[in-house]
Amino acid sequence: MKFIETLINGLSMGSTYAMIALGYTMVYGIAKMLNFAHGDVIMVGGYMIFVTMASLGNPILGLLAAVVFCVALGVTIEKIAYKPLRGASPLAVLITAIGVSYLLQSTAQIIFGSAPKMVNVADLGNVKFAGLTVPVYILVTLGCSMVIMLVLSVFVKYTKTGRAMIAVSEDKGAAQLMGINVNKIIMITFAIGSALAAFAGFFMLMKSPSLNNTLGAMPGIKAFTAAVIGGIGSIPGAMLGGMLMGVVEAISLTIPAIAPYTDAIEFLILIVILLVRPTGILGKKRREKV
Amino acid sequence: MALLEVNNLEVRYGVITALKGISFEVKEGEIVTLIGANGAGKTTTMQSIIGLIPSQSGSVIYDGHDITKMPCHKIVHLGMSQVPEGRRVFQELTVYENLVMGGYSIKNNANFKEDVDKIYERFPRLAERKNQIAGTLSGGEQQMLAMGRAMMSHPKLLMLDEPSMGLSPLLVDEVFEIIKDFNKEGTTVLLVEQNAGKSLAISDRAYVLENGQIVLSGTGKELMSSEEVKKAYLGG
Repeated sequence: MKFIETLINGLSMGSTYAMIALGYTMVYGIAKMLNFAHGDVIMVGGYMIFVTMASLGNPILGLLAAVVFCVALGVTIEKIAYKPLRGASPLAVLITAIGVSYLLQSTAQIIFGSAPKMVNVADLGNVKFAGLTVPVYILVTLGCSMVIMLVLSVFVKYTKTGRAMIAVSEDKGAAQLMGINVNKIIMITFAIGSALAAFAGFFMLMKSPSLNNTLGAMPGIKAFTAAVIGGIGSIPGAMLGGMLMGVVEAISLTIPAIAPYTDAIEFLILIVILLVRPTGILGKKRREKV
Repeated sequence: MALLEVNNLEVRYGVITALKGISFEVKEGEIVTLIGANGAGKTTTMQSIIGLIPSQSGSVIYDGHDITKMPCHKIVHLGMSQVPEGRRVFQELTVYENLVMGGYSIKNNANFKEDVDKIYERFPRLAERKNQIAGTLSGGEQQMLAMGRAMMSHPKLLMLDEPSMGLSPLLVDEVFEIIKDFNKEGTTVLLVEQNAGKSLAISDRAYVLENGQIVLSGTGKELMSSEEVKKAYLGG
């Protein structure tokens, strides 16, 4: 019973990682860049929830505000910081992304200070069924993420814009020949990734109410790891990698002997998987076009 | 009236000048071919016209619009379509989804189903394989898909970059037949080919490109009987 509870908890944590990993993987697939500021968008979302709840007291409004603000932020970052670097060396883009990450963290620290803020999103209590005791927030996280990932999968597979995203990720030039505005598709990708980050921020605050300016740093790195494990650029890969990461983390945390090394274990899995499959679990080997 | 007018177009890659100011035109209803050896600047010309690579000077006028500095996706919306060199079908999408992408530039197309059916009618192999991932098609099938995809946007001007490359002789003949059919149905065609014999045979007019310059032009027939063309491109 204890193990099933751990597993549910792991899947819930994993679905939060998956939501963040999707942002990394979609942006990488379409804009061919690693957006290392992605984790900090979660943190900004967290502060939006904090501000909204402090003034209006409603967590759902907080989530909505976070989604709207993060989407605007993600699109703005892309436009101001990354778009001028289209065609520049990957190293320049990477350094810019790290710069944006510090900018967001420092700005948050200037506005909100360095002491953690407490955000009690909602006390949902526990639910008991079939001999299990599971906190409700875990089920909410799991349920919401599943629905969002399903909607995203359907969107990418069956809508014109979704298919255009696949086309752009595969061959930008050919996509332009179809009349696809690549800049617009990249913008939409950043918008989707940032909205998912806002949700992830909400889920993280439900789990633990403490909020500071580095809230997104570690989950960001772990979700990036999850995206690489699943195969960077692959949407199902990000979901799988995120889930795997969450389950491993949850199980590891329940075993006292290895609990302190949980983070190390997660990154060790990355190394092992990359040794066996350099493209990640669902990643495809792709010819680089010249 | 010329549908496409290229004036003194110059393209440089760093220090290399790929196109040294070329001028030519394509009139409505024509099939026009650019022939030339590898590295003559054929693909550069095609990509530069449709806005995939920037030009340094000169102008491109299409259907009354100055498209010299226009981004590619906007040019496509004006009714220009291109089958790129190497086909470049979307490998991860199905045959059907590739055709959907071909029709991307037509907003809320009420006749979308008929358009797809028309392509399937023309290319029965594509109909048989409509739910297959394009990456698993043979080279010939991918060429058919690339051509079908390019026709989904009802182009006024269809540009084809080396459509016969890497195909069996039988398929090459089929490709040229299809190009002729498209043209008969009212599509103006600009063709780039290394297969000079077959392309000159179906062309109204042609230009010979050498080291980024146009060195010869004339009707398809004239060029076919020209001694220089015979020697350089027709193997004798």
